[in-house]
Amino acid sequence: MARTLTPKRKVAFTVLAWVLGLLIFFPILWTVLTSFKTEGEAIANPPSFLFFDWTLENYTEVQERSNYLRHVINSVVISFGSTAIGLLIAVPAAWAMAFSPTKRTKGILMWMLSTKMLPAVGVMMPIYLIFRDLGLLDTLLGLTIVMTMVNLPIMVWMLYTYFKEIPGDILEAARMDGAQLGQEILYVLAPMAVPGIASTCLLNIILAWNEAFWTLNLTAADAAPLTAFIASYSSPEGLFWAKLSAASTMAIAPILILGWFSQRQLVRGLTFGAVK
Amino acid sequence: MATMHTRSIARLMMAPSVILLLGWMLIPLSMTLYFSFLRYNLLMPGMEDWAGVFNYEYFVTDPAFVTALVNTLVLVGSVLVISVGGGLLMALLLNQPIFGQGIVRLLVIAPFFVMPTVSALVWKNMFMHPVYGLFASLAHGLGLPAIDWLSSAPLLSIILIVSWQWLPFAALILLTALQSLDEEQMEAAEMDGASAVRRFAHITLPHLARAITVVILIETIFLLSVFAEILVTTSGGPGYDSTNLSYLIYTQALLQFDVGGASAGGIIAVILANIVAIFLIRLIGKNLET
Amino acid sequence: MKLSRLLLGTCAAVALTAPALADTTLTIATVNNGDMIRMQKLSGDFEAKNPGIALEWVTMEENTLRQKVTTDIATKGGQYDVMTIGNYEVRIWAKQGWLLPLDDLGDDYDADDIMPAIRQGLTYEGTLYAAPFYGESSMLMYRTDLFEKAGLTMPDDPTWSFIGEAARKITDTNDGVYGICLRGKAGWGENMAFITTLANSMGARWFDMDWHPQFDQPEWKAALQYYVDLMEDAGPPGASTNGFNENLALFQSGKCGMWIDATVAASFVTNPAESKVAEDVGFALTPHGEGIDKHGSWLWTWNLGIPAGSEKVDAAKAFIAWATSKAYTEMVAEKDGWANVPPGTRTSLYENPKYQEAAAFADVTLKAINAADPENPAVEPVPYVGGQWVGIPEFQGIGTAVGQQFSAALAGNITVDQALQNAQRFTEREMTKGGYIQ
Repeated sequence: MARTLTPKRKVAFTVLAWVLGLLIFFPILWTVLTSFKTEGEAIANPPSFLFFDWTLENYTEVQERSNYLRHVINSVVISFGSTAIGLLIAVPAAWAMAFSPTKRTKGILMWMLSTKMLPAVGVMMPIYLIFRDLGLLDTLLGLTIVMTMVNLPIMVWMLYTYFKEIPGDILEAARMDGAQLGQEILYVLAPMAVPGIASTCLLNIILAWNEAFWTLNLTAADAAPLTAFIASYSSPEGLFWAKLSAASTMAIAPILILGWFSQRQLVRGLTFGAVK
Repeated sequence: MATMHTRSIARLMMAPSVILLLGWMLIPLSMTLYFSFLRYNLLMPGMEDWAGVFNYEYFVTDPAFVTALVNTLVLVGSVLVISVGGGLLMALLLNQPIFGQGIVRLLVIAPFFVMPTVSALVWKNMFMHPVYGLFASLAHGLGLPAIDWLSSAPLLSIILIVSWQWLPFAALILLTALQSLDEEQMEAAEMDGASAVRRFAHITLPHLARAITVVILIETIFLLSVFAEILVTTSGGPGYDSTNLSYLIYTQALLQFDVGGASAGGIIAVILANIVAIFLIRLIGKNLET
Repeated sequence: MKLSRLLLGTCAAVALTAPALADTTLTIATVNNGDMIRMQKLSGDFEAKNPGIALEWVTMEENTLRQKVTTDIATKGGQYDVMTIGNYEVRIWAKQGWLLPLDDLGDDYDADDIMPAIRQGLTYEGTLYAAPFYGESSMLMYRTDLFEKAGLTMPDDPTWSFIGEAARKITDTNDGVYGICLRGKAGWGENMAFITTLANSMGARWFDMDWHPQFDQPEWKAALQYYVDLMEDAGPPGASTNGFNENLALFQSGKCGMWIDATVAASFVTNPAESKVAEDVGFALTPHGEGIDKHGSWLWTWNLGIPAGSEKVDAAKAFIAWATSKAYTEMVAEKDGWANVPPGTRTSLYENPKYQEAAAFADVTLKAINAADPENPAVEPVPYVGGQWVGIPEFQGIGTAVGQQFSAALAGNITVDQALQNAQRFTEREMTKGGYIQ
């Protein structure tokens, strides 16, 4: 986008964009700053912005109380695992829908999306009982399965809209050359689909990482991810603003960093067929 | 080219997704349906007997039911308006060749990565708290009385928190769509002397229609089941002022441990969700047809 | 220095990620209160004394904890080996056969030392089903400096009308000092604990002998009106979202003239490391209504119990015995001082001169616990045991819904009369649904 603006406008737009951007980002910045304050400074009025005694004691305290690293590992296993499994199931389905559409394709797609509208709490007890009987409560496997199922509709849909934009002529040409299905996917489709798949994966990882109903209700100790970690900081006794900030920073830092580093990739595929 | 052969392969490829999702939906749903006709309270085992439509009757006549229904719609509607409106504004700004565009974009998308529990905790304690919150400090500095956000405007507060999380998402998708806007068409319109407003209304907005539809669809799916934000901040109160349908079912299921009642609520919510889904499919059908 | 501690902690965490060396791993579900967090920090002592047993902590906020352990025990999910539960749950669960009897916690456990009022609340048909970790009643905490400044003297056994006057007199909004802080956050264990205590001590009751709710009676109207008026005149802003923790933070930072809440708060508000007002706190019994000899019967204990069907019974018992023993108390005293030991469970603690000296609040706490009468919590006869709660399974749901109404009344969104009417209607519905009212 290389449109030109008058210098005056450019400055005005820049200022406006920065102000709005900082405003939107401010809650996160403020949390990170507060996490380095002492509890007393955290609630000081008027609050100090940068000029306080920076301390790491909140992080030490949080680490003493909970096994942060283990929660991170669980979060990683669940979000990446469910994404990988989801991909294995969703790619063929989306591929089939995009390249051999039938009258029912749209209907199936919409039905899949509608399963996401079920209120989780309404079906919580059956899932809980089934998981108990299968021995899946508080296991990484169980949670990975749930996350896969919860996000599968979005994955299928996102991949479908992405695949659909791949021109069919190329496939025809490949078929003319006598390419087999496997080759078709590997040499023709894959290179074109990679950005869409990458973006689908990223979105799915973010959604799975932040999911806070199933992860909280189906885990106890062994499989508890970061959502459970942060749950132990909601309103503990006494002054806890700084400690809460430290725990919050620790909970969102990994995904925020991942998100920032991959945002270009994420954005590129995040169109759901909206760009045509 | 859709021969019988490729068609059956296509079916085979779709089978895992369809079967798994069907299982994921039908098994719990049929159990929920069954439970909804039982007098089934976790705290009183051994008393599960057939209750007919008793649970439905109680759920629908619950004084909180209508309020929760209205709150759900208000919440979804307001967040959609704020996030799409704000997201559009942000996307238009970010689409300009401004200084530090990349960094501003990073700042804007950040809230989307924050887990709902954390964002609710942060907003509740660090901003909306009437004594220690930053808003209270600001009000104090201006000589105004501090507003107790979560009790005097509970639903609005939740709408704000949820909008903050979803605005970046809308901005991102709309920005991506904007970047694919045909530049020549824009310039031609500019040459013809069309004003900025007209260009926006006649070229940009129609171009964004599909993207906006997509944002609405995805956000609706997630907004219908907003839960963590309410649990952490207001617990549905004061009164039922910020109780939505998900939260109401939650109070039945995990506060009263009334599995029967919660299941009836779950079924009702499923029916309502399907009505919304049908409505959305119509909308999508119009706007997403290729 | 601090950075290195952090790094060390991280390394230790990595090492702990694989507790594979131990034969038995106990998963302990507990609440994120200060005393429990201290127990978790000190638990290395237990692991050192019991090689072969490793501990796995699941610390949660109170409501989350309750949901998770209740779901787990009712469905026999078996995710936890030791559960932290309230005295409200113990008898209801024992009746269902969900808990293991805890009669044999070892020879030197001295179960007879547990205070009778506390012990009785954990006993079902003559058998102890949970061991108390700490116990509390309610008391009044007040700022001696503010009282002096206002020329007021706190009687040992104040009445509600005195409290009302005093609170309004102390309030100085320009200075950010509010006469009284009380719970307002909706929840059966939050605002309803206080409001039920208030109501009990003003002659109201939840149910009559036929289980009909009593919110349409004048006693309830008087109690709720008193509460709402008082908080409007002398309470902090946003009181309707304040629970125990929020009020504790307010009191510790010097914003409250008085605070009526759980007795455990006493050690936090007098701890100079956490509290700005540690030197200026006085204590008195929970106020009572004119001519009424009830202080509300607040009695709460956090207890450790073992779910029936557990496969690690011996290890779990060993842990419970360790955590609720006299030796644990002494260990805390040695490490963090006598004022910080878990209070309200053992008679011997209150006879200990070192504790009496270190804890100015010991005497009032003991009196408050002894004054609680769970069998007869209200002035008039009631069909339930309880105090700040009612001992039926439905109470969690009812209490929270009623709490929502009262919280809305406190926020000014509805009137006191509306709140009482809604509460009455809701409770009657639920009691009918539960089959209490025929």
